Amino acid sequence: MKLVAVSAGLSTPSATRLLADRLAESAGGELAAGGQDVETEVIEVRELAVAVANNLVTGFPPPPLAAALDAVTGAHGLIAVTPVFTASYSGLFKSFFDLIDPDALTGKPVLVAATGGTARHSLVLEHALRPLFAYLRATVVPTAVYAASEDWGSGGDEYTEGLPARIRRAGAELAALMATRAVEREPAEDDITVLERRLSDLRFD
Amino acid sequence: MQFGIFSVGDVTPDPTDARTPSERERIKAMVAIALKAEEVGLDVFATGEHHNPPFVPSSPTTMLGYIAARTERLLLSTATTLITTNDPVKIAEDYAMLQHLADGRVDLMMGRGNTGPVYPWFGQDIRQGINLAKENYALLRRLWREDVVSWEGKFRTPLQGFTSTPRPLDGVPPFVWHGSIRSPEIAEQAAFYGDGFFHNNIFWPADHTRQMVRLYRRRYAFHGHGRPEEAIVGLGGQVFMRKNSQEAVREFRPYFDNAPVYGHGPSLEEFTEQTPLTVGSPQQVIERTLSFRETVGDYQRQLFLMDHAGLPLKTVLEQIDILGEEVVPVLRKEFAIGRPADVPDAPTHESLRAVREVSAA
Repeated sequence: MKLVAVSAGLSTPSATRLLADRLAESAGGELAAGGQDVETEVIEVRELAVAVANNLVTGFPPPPLAAALDAVTGAHGLIAVTPVFTASYSGLFKSFFDLIDPDALTGKPVLVAATGGTARHSLVLEHALRPLFAYLRATVVPTAVYAASEDWGSGGDEYTEGLPARIRRAGAELAALMATRAVEREPAEDDITVLERRLSDLRFD
Repeated sequence: MQFGIFSVGDVTPDPTDARTPSERERIKAMVAIALKAEEVGLDVFATGEHHNPPFVPSSPTTMLGYIAARTERLLLSTATTLITTNDPVKIAEDYAMLQHLADGRVDLMMGRGNTGPVYPWFGQDIRQGINLAKENYALLRRLWREDVVSWEGKFRTPLQGFTSTPRPLDGVPPFVWHGSIRSPEIAEQAAFYGDGFFHNNIFWPADHTRQMVRLYRRRYAFHGHGRPEEAIVGLGGQVFMRKNSQEAVREFRPYFDNAPVYGHGPSLEEFTEQTPLTVGSPQQVIERTLSFRETVGDYQRQLFLMDHAGLPLKTVLEQIDILGEEVVPVLRKEFAIGRPADVPDAPTHESLRAVREVSAA
Protein backbone atom coordinates (compact mmCIF):
# COMPACT_ATOMS: atom_id res chain seq x y z
CA MET A 1 0.00 0.00 0.00
CA LYS A 2 1.39 3.37 -0.99
CA LEU A 3 1.30 6.39 1.30
CA VAL A 4 2.56 9.70 -0.11
CA ALA A 5 3.20 12.87 1.87
CA VAL A 6 3.62 16.20 0.09
CA SER A 7 5.58 18.72 2.10
CA ALA A 8 5.74 22.31 0.88
CA GLY A 9 8.14 23.69 3.48
CA LEU A 10 10.86 25.96 2.15
CA SER A 11 13.67 25.78 4.70
CA THR A 12 15.87 22.76 5.38
CA PRO A 13 15.10 21.32 7.80
CA SER A 14 11.56 22.60 7.95
CA ALA A 15 8.80 22.30 10.52
CA THR A 16 6.47 21.43 7.65
CA ARG A 17 8.61 18.43 6.72
CA LEU A 18 8.83 17.48 10.39
CA LEU A 19 5.04 17.44 10.61
CA ALA A 20 4.72 15.51 7.34
CA ASP A 21 7.10 12.86 8.66
CA ARG A 22 5.26 12.56 11.98
CA LEU A 23 1.91 12.18 10.20
CA ALA A 24 3.29 9.62 7.75
CA GLU A 25 4.78 7.69 10.62
CA SER A 26 1.46 7.76 12.47
CA ALA A 27 -0.68 6.63 9.53
CA GLY A 28 1.95 4.12 8.35
CA GLY A 29 2.24 2.68 11.87
CA GLU A 30 -1.51 2.21 12.11
CA LEU A 31 -1.63 0.45 8.75
CA ALA A 32 1.32 -1.77 9.63
CA ALA A 33 -0.35 -2.65 12.93
CA GLY A 34 -3.37 -3.71 10.89
CA GLY A 35 -1.20 -6.07 8.90
CA GLN A 36 -0.78 -3.85 5.84
CA ASP A 37 2.44 -3.59 3.90
CA VAL A 38 3.08 0.15 3.67
CA GLU A 39 5.48 2.01 1.44
CA THR A 40 5.89 5.69 2.32
CA GLU A 41 7.23 8.41 0.04
CA VAL A 42 7.71 12.04 0.99
CA ILE A 43 7.73 14.62 -1.79
CA GLU A 44 9.57 17.87 -1.04
CA VAL A 45 7.95 20.41 -3.32
CA ARG A 46 10.90 22.75 -2.73
CA GLU A 47 13.09 20.43 -4.79
CA LEU A 48 10.57 20.69 -7.63
CA ALA A 49 10.05 24.47 -7.44
CA VAL A 50 11.62 25.27 -10.82
CA ALA A 51 9.99 22.23 -12.44
CA VAL A 52 6.61 23.39 -11.13
CA ALA A 53 7.13 26.86 -12.62
CA ASN A 54 8.29 25.33 -15.91
CA ASN A 55 5.21 23.14 -16.07
CA LEU A 56 3.02 26.19 -15.54
CA VAL A 57 4.53 27.92 -18.58
CA THR A 58 5.04 24.92 -20.90
CA GLY A 59 2.02 22.80 -20.00
CA PHE A 60 3.96 19.59 -19.36
CA PRO A 61 5.98 18.33 -16.39
CA PRO A 62 9.74 17.73 -16.58
CA PRO A 63 10.58 14.10 -15.68
CA PRO A 64 11.17 14.46 -11.88
CA LEU A 65 7.94 16.41 -11.49
CA ALA A 66 6.05 13.90 -13.63
CA ALA A 67 7.25 11.17 -11.27
CA ALA A 68 6.05 13.16 -8.24
CA LEU A 69 2.63 13.82 -9.81
CA ASP A 70 2.31 10.13 -10.66
CA ALA A 71 3.21 9.22 -7.09
CA VAL A 72 0.51 11.53 -5.73
CA THR A 73 -2.22 10.37 -8.09
CA GLY A 74 -1.23 6.71 -7.71
CA ALA A 75 -1.08 6.72 -3.89
CA HIS A 76 -3.62 4.92 -1.74
CA GLY A 77 -3.50 7.79 0.71
CA LEU A 78 -2.13 11.32 0.66
CA ILE A 79 -0.83 13.65 3.36
CA ALA A 80 -0.64 17.29 2.26
CA VAL A 81 1.29 19.72 4.46
CA THR A 82 1.92 23.40 3.80
CA PRO A 83 3.32 26.31 5.73
CA VAL A 84 0.85 29.16 6.19
CA PHE A 85 1.82 32.11 4.00
CA THR A 86 -0.22 35.31 3.91
CA ALA A 87 -3.32 33.76 5.44
CA SER A 88 -3.40 30.66 3.23
CA TYR A 89 -1.42 27.74 1.81
CA SER A 90 1.87 28.72 0.19
CA GLY A 91 1.88 29.63 -3.49
CA LEU A 92 4.22 26.75 -4.26
CA PHE A 93 1.89 24.28 -2.56
CA LYS A 94 -1.07 25.56 -4.59
CA SER A 95 0.94 25.58 -7.82
CA PHE A 96 1.87 21.93 -7.27
CA PHE A 97 -1.74 20.92 -6.81
CA ASP A 98 -2.77 23.12 -9.76
CA LEU A 99 -0.83 20.65 -11.93
CA ILE A 100 -2.89 17.68 -10.85
CA ASP A 101 -5.70 16.65 -13.14
CA PRO A 102 -8.98 17.71 -11.47
CA ASP A 103 -10.31 14.14 -11.63
CA ALA A 104 -7.14 12.41 -10.47
CA LEU A 105 -7.77 12.61 -6.71
CA THR A 106 -11.45 11.69 -6.76
CA GLY A 107 -12.22 9.62 -3.68
CA LYS A 108 -8.63 9.55 -2.50
CA PRO A 109 -8.14 9.57 1.29
CA VAL A 110 -6.35 12.82 2.18
CA LEU A 111 -5.05 14.21 5.44
CA VAL A 112 -4.42 17.96 5.44
CA ALA A 113 -1.99 19.71 7.75
CA ALA A 114 -0.27 23.06 8.10
CA THR A 115 2.43 24.79 10.10
CA GLY A 116 2.76 28.38 11.22
CA GLY A 117 4.32 30.73 13.69
CA THR A 118 1.21 31.14 15.80
CA ALA A 119 -1.94 29.15 16.42
CA ARG A 120 -4.03 32.10 15.18
CA HIS A 121 -3.78 30.79 11.61
CA SER A 122 -5.05 27.29 12.34
CA LEU A 123 -8.36 27.83 10.53
CA VAL A 124 -6.39 27.99 7.26
CA LEU A 125 -6.90 24.24 7.29
CA GLU A 126 -10.66 24.70 7.20
CA HIS A 127 -11.03 27.73 4.95
CA ALA A 128 -8.26 26.97 2.44
CA LEU A 129 -7.03 23.38 2.44
CA ARG A 130 -10.27 21.52 2.99
CA PRO A 131 -12.13 23.39 0.19
CA LEU A 132 -9.19 22.81 -2.18
CA PHE A 133 -9.43 19.05 -1.71
CA ALA A 134 -13.21 19.17 -1.68
CA TYR A 135 -13.02 20.69 -5.16
CA LEU A 136 -10.75 17.81 -6.18
CA ARG A 137 -13.38 15.42 -4.75
CA ALA A 138 -10.88 13.84 -2.41
CA THR A 139 -12.11 12.36 0.86
CA VAL A 140 -10.52 14.51 3.56
CA VAL A 141 -10.32 12.96 7.02
CA PRO A 142 -12.11 14.87 9.80
CA THR A 143 -9.01 15.73 11.81
CA ALA A 144 -6.76 18.31 10.18
CA VAL A 145 -3.49 18.96 12.01
CA TYR A 146 -2.09 22.41 12.63
CA ALA A 147 1.29 22.81 14.29
CA ALA A 148 2.29 26.24 15.59
CA SER A 149 5.87 26.74 16.72
CA GLU A 150 4.81 26.49 20.36
CA ASP A 151 3.16 23.09 19.76
CA TRP A 152 6.54 21.46 19.26
CA GLY A 153 7.38 22.21 22.90
CA SER A 154 4.14 21.75 24.78
CA GLY A 155 1.59 19.13 25.62
CA GLY A 156 -2.16 19.52 25.71
CA ASP A 157 -4.15 21.43 28.26
CA GLU A 158 -7.54 20.88 29.84
CA TYR A 159 -9.33 22.10 26.69
CA THR A 160 -7.36 20.55 23.81
CA GLU A 161 -5.14 17.61 23.09
CA GLY A 162 -1.48 18.22 22.39
CA LEU A 163 0.14 17.87 18.95
CA PRO A 164 1.14 14.20 19.40
CA ALA A 165 -2.43 13.20 20.18
CA ARG A 166 -3.76 15.11 17.17
CA ILE A 167 -1.15 13.48 14.94
CA ARG A 168 -2.15 10.06 16.29
CA ARG A 169 -5.85 10.67 15.77
CA ALA A 170 -5.43 12.07 12.24
CA GLY A 171 -3.06 9.24 11.27
CA ALA A 172 -5.54 6.66 12.52
CA GLU A 173 -8.38 8.26 10.57
CA LEU A 174 -6.32 8.25 7.37
CA ALA A 175 -5.18 4.67 7.92
CA ALA A 176 -8.75 3.47 8.50
CA LEU A 177 -9.96 5.14 5.32
CA MET A 178 -7.04 3.79 3.29
CA ALA A 179 -7.64 0.27 4.53
CA THR A 180 -11.27 0.31 3.41
CA ARG A 181 -10.52 1.95 0.06
CA ALA A 182 -7.56 -0.23 -0.87
CA VAL A 183 -9.71 -3.24 -1.69
CA GLU A 184 -11.45 -1.55 -4.64
CA ARG A 185 -8.41 -0.64 -6.73
CA GLU A 186 -5.88 -2.15 -9.14
CA PRO A 187 -6.80 -1.42 -12.76
CA ALA A 188 -5.21 -4.18 -14.83
CA GLU A 189 -5.62 -2.27 -18.10
CA ASP A 190 -3.26 0.32 -19.54
CA ASP A 191 -4.35 3.93 -20.05
CA ILE A 192 -5.09 3.42 -23.72
CA THR A 193 -7.43 0.51 -23.06
CA VAL A 194 -9.31 2.48 -20.43
CA LEU A 195 -9.61 5.40 -22.85
CA GLU A 196 -10.75 3.13 -25.64
CA ARG A 197 -13.54 1.81 -23.52
CA ARG A 198 -14.71 5.32 -22.70
CA LEU A 199 -14.47 6.38 -26.34
CA SER A 200 -16.74 3.56 -27.46
CA ASP A 201 -19.53 5.53 -25.82
CA LEU A 202 -18.96 8.54 -28.08
CA ARG A 203 -20.98 8.68 -31.22
CA PHE A 204 -19.79 10.70 -34.17
CA ASP A 205 -22.37 9.73 -36.76
CA MET B 1 5.94 10.48 -47.33
CA GLN B 2 5.06 14.17 -47.42
CA PHE B 3 7.24 16.91 -45.95
CA GLY B 4 6.26 20.49 -45.47
CA ILE B 5 5.99 23.65 -43.46
CA PHE B 6 3.31 24.82 -41.11
CA SER B 7 3.05 28.37 -39.89
CA VAL B 8 1.20 29.76 -36.91
CA GLY B 9 1.34 33.27 -38.34
CA ASP B 10 2.32 35.10 -35.17
CA VAL B 11 3.70 38.61 -35.24
CA THR B 12 6.56 38.40 -32.77
CA PRO B 13 9.26 41.02 -32.20
CA ASP B 14 12.77 39.95 -33.13
CA PRO B 15 14.45 39.93 -29.69
CA THR B 16 17.88 40.68 -31.15
CA ASP B 17 16.90 44.08 -32.54
CA ALA B 18 13.44 44.62 -30.99
CA ARG B 19 11.97 45.06 -34.45
CA THR B 20 8.36 43.95 -34.97
CA PRO B 21 7.21 43.23 -38.50
CA SER B 22 4.05 44.94 -39.69
CA GLU B 23 1.03 42.78 -40.42
CA ARG B 24 1.62 43.31 -44.11
CA GLU B 25 5.23 42.18 -43.79
CA ARG B 26 4.22 39.10 -41.84
CA ILE B 27 1.49 38.12 -44.29
CA LYS B 28 3.86 38.56 -47.22
CA ALA B 29 6.50 36.61 -45.30
CA MET B 30 4.13 33.67 -44.96
CA VAL B 31 3.60 33.73 -48.72
CA ALA B 32 7.36 33.93 -49.32
CA ILE B 33 7.82 30.93 -47.02
CA ALA B 34 5.24 28.94 -48.98
CA LEU B 35 6.88 29.80 -52.30
CA LYS B 36 10.26 28.84 -50.88
CA ALA B 37 8.81 25.51 -49.73
CA GLU B 38 7.83 24.70 -53.30
CA GLU B 39 11.14 25.97 -54.66
CA VAL B 40 13.20 23.64 -52.47
CA GLY B 41 11.05 20.61 -53.21
CA LEU B 42 8.83 20.36 -50.14
CA ASP B 43 5.32 18.98 -50.55
CA VAL B 44 3.01 20.90 -48.20
CA PHE B 45 2.39 24.39 -46.83
CA ALA B 46 -0.17 24.75 -44.05
CA THR B 47 -1.34 27.98 -42.45
CA GLY B 48 -2.87 28.46 -39.04
CA GLU B 49 -6.16 30.25 -38.48
CA HIS B 50 -6.47 32.81 -35.72
CA HIS B 51 -8.85 35.58 -34.82
CA ASN B 52 -6.86 37.56 -32.30
CA PRO B 53 -3.62 39.53 -32.22
CA PRO B 54 -0.69 38.93 -32.48
CA PHE B 55 -1.69 36.52 -35.25
CA VAL B 56 -2.39 37.52 -38.87
CA PRO B 57 -3.96 34.56 -40.71
CA SER B 58 -7.69 35.03 -40.08
CA SER B 59 -8.60 34.24 -43.68
CA PRO B 60 -6.79 31.07 -44.74
CA THR B 61 -8.43 30.50 -48.11
CA THR B 62 -7.59 34.05 -49.21
CA MET B 63 -3.95 33.36 -48.48
CA LEU B 64 -3.95 29.82 -49.85
CA GLY B 65 -5.74 30.92 -53.01
CA TYR B 66 -3.05 33.51 -53.62
CA ILE B 67 -0.32 30.94 -52.99
CA ALA B 68 -2.11 28.47 -55.27
CA ALA B 69 -1.86 30.97 -58.12
CA ARG B 70 1.88 31.30 -57.64
CA THR B 71 2.77 27.62 -57.21
CA GLU B 72 2.37 24.47 -59.26
CA ARG B 73 3.02 21.44 -57.10
CA LEU B 74 2.66 22.56 -53.51
CA LEU B 75 -0.18 21.02 -51.52
CA LEU B 76 -2.07 23.69 -49.58
CA SER B 77 -3.37 22.91 -46.15
CA THR B 78 -4.31 24.37 -42.79
CA ALA B 79 -3.03 23.95 -39.26
CA THR B 80 -5.73 24.21 -38.17
CA THR B 81 -9.17 25.15 -39.53
CA LEU B 82 -11.46 26.03 -36.65
CA ILE B 83 -14.27 23.52 -36.95
CA THR B 84 -15.84 24.90 -33.77
CA THR B 85 -16.30 28.59 -34.47
CA ASN B 86 -16.48 28.61 -38.27
CA ASP B 87 -19.80 27.90 -39.89
CA PRO B 88 -19.40 24.46 -41.51
CA VAL B 89 -21.37 25.74 -44.50
CA LYS B 90 -18.75 28.42 -45.10
CA ILE B 91 -15.90 25.91 -44.68
CA ALA B 92 -17.56 23.64 -47.24
CA GLU B 93 -17.87 26.49 -49.72
CA ASP B 94 -14.49 28.13 -49.15
CA TYR B 95 -12.41 24.99 -49.44
CA ALA B 96 -14.33 23.59 -52.42
CA MET B 97 -13.67 26.93 -54.12
CA LEU B 98 -10.00 26.64 -53.24
CA GLN B 99 -9.90 23.08 -54.60
CA HIS B 100 -11.06 24.31 -58.00
CA LEU B 101 -8.60 27.19 -58.09
CA ALA B 102 -5.71 25.00 -56.93
CA ASP B 103 -6.58 22.06 -59.19
CA GLY B 104 -7.10 19.80 -56.21
CA ARG B 105 -3.92 20.67 -54.32
CA VAL B 106 -5.88 21.12 -51.08
CA ASP B 107 -6.46 19.34 -47.85
CA LEU B 108 -7.44 20.60 -44.38
CA MET B 109 -6.68 19.95 -40.78
CA MET B 110 -9.51 20.44 -38.33
CA GLY B 111 -8.85 21.86 -34.89
CA ARG B 112 -10.93 23.27 -32.08
CA GLY B 113 -8.96 26.35 -31.14
CA ASN B 114 -8.17 26.97 -27.50
CA THR B 115 -8.56 30.74 -27.20
CA GLY B 116 -11.56 31.22 -24.90
CA PRO B 117 -12.88 34.58 -26.16
CA VAL B 118 -12.84 33.52 -29.82
CA TYR B 119 -15.82 31.28 -29.13
CA PRO B 120 -18.17 34.02 -27.90
CA TRP B 121 -16.86 36.41 -30.55
CA PHE B 122 -18.20 33.92 -33.08
CA GLY B 123 -21.37 33.25 -31.14
CA GLN B 124 -20.27 29.97 -29.56
CA ASP B 125 -19.40 28.56 -26.14
CA ILE B 126 -16.01 26.96 -25.47
CA ARG B 127 -17.59 24.48 -23.09
CA GLN B 128 -19.33 23.01 -26.13
CA GLY B 129 -15.98 22.69 -27.99
CA ILE B 130 -16.04 18.93 -28.51
CA ASN B 131 -19.76 18.89 -29.35
CA LEU B 132 -19.28 21.72 -31.85
CA ALA B 133 -16.41 19.81 -33.45
CA LYS B 134 -18.61 16.71 -33.75
CA GLU B 135 -21.75 18.33 -35.09
CA ASN B 136 -20.05 20.81 -37.41
CA TYR B 137 -17.79 18.21 -38.93
CA ALA B 138 -20.63 15.76 -39.48
CA LEU B 139 -22.50 18.50 -41.35
CA LEU B 140 -19.41 19.51 -43.33
CA ARG B 141 -18.98 15.95 -44.56
CA ARG B 142 -22.56 15.81 -45.75
CA LEU B 143 -22.29 19.17 -47.52
CA TRP B 144 -19.32 17.87 -49.51
CA ARG B 145 -20.83 14.46 -50.24
CA GLU B 146 -24.53 15.13 -50.83
CA ASP B 147 -25.71 17.55 -53.50
CA VAL B 148 -28.83 18.56 -51.59
CA VAL B 149 -28.77 18.64 -47.81
CA SER B 150 -31.60 18.99 -45.35
CA TRP B 151 -30.23 19.13 -41.87
CA GLU B 152 -31.08 20.11 -38.32
CA GLY B 153 -28.69 20.37 -35.39
CA LYS B 154 -28.01 22.20 -32.15
CA PHE B 155 -25.51 24.84 -33.15
CA ARG B 156 -26.67 26.53 -36.37
CA THR B 157 -29.91 27.24 -38.15
CA PRO B 158 -31.43 24.25 -39.96
CA LEU B 159 -30.89 23.75 -43.68
CA GLN B 160 -33.68 22.73 -46.03
CA GLY B 161 -32.77 21.74 -49.55
CA PHE B 162 -29.36 23.41 -49.38
CA THR B 163 -26.64 22.86 -51.98
CA SER B 164 -23.15 24.00 -51.08
CA THR B 165 -21.44 25.50 -54.11
CA PRO B 166 -19.14 24.98 -55.83
CA ARG B 167 -19.35 21.22 -55.52
CA PRO B 168 -16.02 19.61 -54.59
CA LEU B 169 -13.66 19.24 -57.56
CA ASP B 170 -14.40 16.00 -59.46
CA GLY B 171 -16.90 15.14 -56.73
CA VAL B 172 -13.97 14.42 -54.41
CA PRO B 173 -14.00 16.22 -51.04
CA PRO B 174 -10.64 17.39 -49.74
CA PHE B 175 -8.87 14.92 -47.47
CA VAL B 176 -9.23 15.89 -43.81
CA TRP B 177 -6.82 15.58 -40.91
CA HIS B 178 -7.84 16.14 -37.33
CA GLY B 179 -5.32 17.91 -35.16
CA SER B 180 -5.29 17.48 -31.44
CA ILE B 181 -2.67 17.71 -28.76
CA ARG B 182 -4.45 16.07 -25.90
CA SER B 183 -8.13 15.36 -26.58
CA PRO B 184 -8.74 11.65 -27.09
CA GLU B 185 -12.19 12.51 -28.46
CA ILE B 186 -10.54 14.08 -31.51
CA ALA B 187 -8.34 11.03 -32.11
CA GLU B 188 -11.58 9.07 -31.92
CA GLN B 189 -13.25 11.38 -34.42
CA ALA B 190 -10.40 10.95 -36.90
CA ALA B 191 -10.51 7.18 -36.39
CA PHE B 192 -14.28 7.00 -36.72
CA TYR B 193 -14.28 8.63 -40.16
CA GLY B 194 -11.04 7.03 -41.34
CA ASP B 195 -9.53 10.51 -41.64
CA GLY B 196 -5.94 11.49 -40.86
CA PHE B 197 -4.72 12.32 -37.40
CA PHE B 198 -2.11 15.02 -36.86
CA HIS B 199 -0.26 15.56 -33.61
CA ASN B 200 1.54 18.87 -33.50
CA ASN B 201 4.18 17.17 -31.39
CA ILE B 202 6.01 20.41 -30.69
CA PHE B 203 5.44 21.40 -27.11
CA TRP B 204 4.95 18.02 -25.49
CA PRO B 205 7.15 15.07 -24.60
CA ALA B 206 7.33 12.25 -27.14
CA ASP B 207 5.63 9.79 -24.84
CA HIS B 208 2.44 11.83 -24.93
CA THR B 209 2.46 11.89 -28.75
CA ARG B 210 3.05 8.14 -28.74
CA GLN B 211 -0.05 7.50 -26.63
CA MET B 212 -2.33 9.72 -28.70
CA VAL B 213 -1.20 8.17 -31.99
CA ARG B 214 -1.47 4.66 -30.57
CA LEU B 215 -5.02 5.39 -29.49
CA TYR B 216 -5.89 6.75 -32.95
CA ARG B 217 -4.38 3.75 -34.73
CA ARG B 218 -6.23 1.25 -32.56
CA ARG B 219 -9.54 3.04 -32.95
CA TYR B 220 -8.97 3.37 -36.72
CA ALA B 221 -8.79 -0.42 -36.90
CA PHE B 222 -11.73 -0.78 -34.50
CA HIS B 223 -13.91 1.26 -36.84
CA GLY B 224 -13.01 -1.02 -39.74
CA HIS B 225 -10.84 1.24 -41.91
CA GLY B 226 -7.87 -1.10 -41.99
CA ARG B 227 -5.08 -2.28 -39.75
CA PRO B 228 -3.59 0.13 -37.20
CA GLU B 229 -0.45 0.45 -39.35
CA GLU B 230 -2.59 1.69 -42.25
CA ALA B 231 -3.96 4.70 -40.41
CA ILE B 232 -2.87 8.12 -41.69
CA VAL B 233 -0.62 9.94 -39.25
CA GLY B 234 1.00 13.36 -39.42
CA LEU B 235 3.42 14.99 -37.01
CA GLY B 236 4.75 18.44 -36.40
CA GLY B 237 8.26 19.32 -35.43
CA GLN B 238 10.36 22.40 -35.00
CA VAL B 239 13.98 22.90 -35.77
CA PHE B 240 16.71 25.47 -36.06
CA MET B 241 19.81 24.50 -38.01
CA ARG B 242 23.26 25.76 -38.78
CA LYS B 243 26.30 23.92 -40.14
CA ASN B 244 27.46 23.04 -36.66
CA SER B 245 25.35 22.73 -33.58
CA GLN B 246 27.17 25.31 -31.42
CA GLU B 247 26.47 27.94 -34.05
CA ALA B 248 22.80 26.93 -34.19
CA VAL B 249 22.42 27.08 -30.41
CA ARG B 250 24.19 30.44 -30.15
CA GLU B 251 22.06 32.03 -32.85
CA PHE B 252 18.73 30.56 -31.72
CA ARG B 253 19.10 31.05 -27.96
CA PRO B 254 17.92 34.70 -27.77
CA TYR B 255 14.90 33.76 -29.87
CA PHE B 256 14.10 30.80 -27.65
CA ASP B 257 14.64 32.73 -24.42
CA ASN B 258 12.25 35.49 -25.40
CA ALA B 259 9.64 33.69 -27.47
CA PRO B 260 6.12 34.01 -26.06
CA VAL B 261 5.64 30.25 -26.38
CA TYR B 262 8.95 28.98 -25.05
CA GLY B 263 10.64 31.76 -23.19
CA HIS B 264 11.05 32.46 -19.51
CA GLY B 265 10.54 28.83 -18.55
CA PRO B 266 12.85 25.86 -19.08
CA SER B 267 16.24 26.40 -20.65
CA LEU B 268 16.82 25.71 -24.35
CA GLU B 269 18.73 22.59 -23.32
CA GLU B 270 15.90 21.29 -21.12
CA PHE B 271 13.31 22.04 -23.77
CA THR B 272 15.22 20.30 -26.56
CA GLU B 273 15.74 17.29 -24.32
CA GLN B 274 12.10 17.03 -23.27
CA THR B 275 10.31 17.96 -26.52
CA PRO B 276 10.97 17.40 -30.24
CA LEU B 277 12.51 20.90 -30.66
CA THR B 278 15.89 20.33 -32.29
CA VAL B 279 18.52 23.04 -32.45
CA GLY B 280 21.68 21.85 -34.12
CA SER B 281 23.26 20.61 -37.33
CA PRO B 282 21.25 19.23 -40.26
CA GLN B 283 22.52 15.79 -39.27
CA GLN B 284 21.05 16.17 -35.78
CA VAL B 285 17.72 17.23 -37.26
CA ILE B 286 17.77 14.18 -39.53
CA GLU B 287 18.45 11.84 -36.64
CA ARG B 288 15.81 13.39 -34.40
CA THR B 289 13.16 13.35 -37.11
CA LEU B 290 13.90 9.73 -38.00
CA SER B 291 13.41 8.85 -34.35
CA PHE B 292 9.75 9.98 -34.61
CA ARG B 293 9.11 6.78 -36.53
CA GLU B 294 10.09 4.82 -33.44
CA THR B 295 7.55 6.85 -31.47
CA VAL B 296 4.51 6.61 -33.75
CA GLY B 297 5.32 3.98 -36.40
CA ASP B 298 5.67 4.62 -40.15
CA TYR B 299 3.75 7.78 -40.87
CA GLN B 300 2.61 9.91 -43.76
CA ARG B 301 3.26 13.58 -43.19
CA GLN B 302 5.94 15.57 -41.40
CA LEU B 303 5.44 19.32 -41.07
CA PHE B 304 8.07 21.66 -39.66
CA LEU B 305 7.46 24.92 -37.87
CA MET B 306 10.23 27.21 -39.10
CA ASP B 307 8.98 30.80 -38.79
CA HIS B 308 8.68 30.94 -35.03
CA ALA B 309 9.96 33.00 -32.11
CA GLY B 310 10.38 36.20 -34.12
CA LEU B 311 13.04 34.87 -36.51
CA PRO B 312 13.48 37.31 -39.41
CA LEU B 313 12.26 36.20 -42.84
CA LYS B 314 15.78 36.04 -44.24
CA THR B 315 16.79 33.50 -41.60
CA VAL B 316 13.60 31.47 -42.07
CA LEU B 317 14.21 31.24 -45.80
CA GLU B 318 17.78 30.07 -45.16
CA GLN B 319 16.38 27.45 -42.80
CA ILE B 320 13.97 26.20 -45.46
CA ASP B 321 16.84 26.05 -47.95
CA ILE B 322 18.77 23.81 -45.56
CA LEU B 323 15.65 21.75 -44.91
CA GLY B 324 14.94 21.24 -48.61
CA GLU B 325 18.52 20.71 -49.73
CA GLU B 326 20.19 18.82 -46.91
CA VAL B 327 17.55 17.34 -44.62
CA VAL B 328 14.44 16.23 -46.50
CA PRO B 329 16.24 14.34 -49.31
CA VAL B 330 17.94 12.21 -46.65
CA LEU B 331 14.68 11.80 -44.72
CA ARG B 332 12.86 10.63 -47.86
CA LYS B 333 15.53 8.02 -48.46
CA GLU B 334 15.80 6.86 -44.84
CA PHE B 335 12.06 6.76 -44.14
CA ALA B 336 11.59 4.60 -47.25
CA ILE B 337 14.02 2.00 -45.89
CA GLY B 338 12.17 -0.75 -44.08
CA ARG B 339 8.79 0.85 -44.71
CA PRO B 340 6.30 -1.98 -45.20
CA ALA B 341 4.65 -1.96 -48.62
CA ASP B 342 1.16 -1.82 -47.11
CA VAL B 343 1.76 1.46 -45.28
CA PRO B 344 -0.21 3.86 -47.48
CA ASP B 345 0.79 7.35 -48.55
CA ALA B 346 -1.34 10.26 -47.41
CA PRO B 347 -4.38 10.53 -49.69
CA THR B 348 -4.25 13.26 -52.35
CA HIS B 349 -6.87 14.54 -54.74
CA GLU B 350 -5.54 12.21 -57.44
CA SER B 351 -5.53 9.13 -55.23
CA LEU B 352 -9.02 9.86 -53.89
CA ARG B 353 -10.33 10.48 -57.39
CA ALA B 354 -8.85 7.16 -58.53
CA VAL B 355 -10.57 5.37 -55.64
CA ARG B 356 -13.83 7.07 -56.53
CA GLU B 357 -13.55 6.05 -60.18
CA VAL B 358 -12.84 2.45 -59.25
CA SER B 359 -15.80 2.27 -56.89
CA ALA B 360 -18.09 3.99 -59.45
CA ALA B 361 -17.07 1.53 -62.19
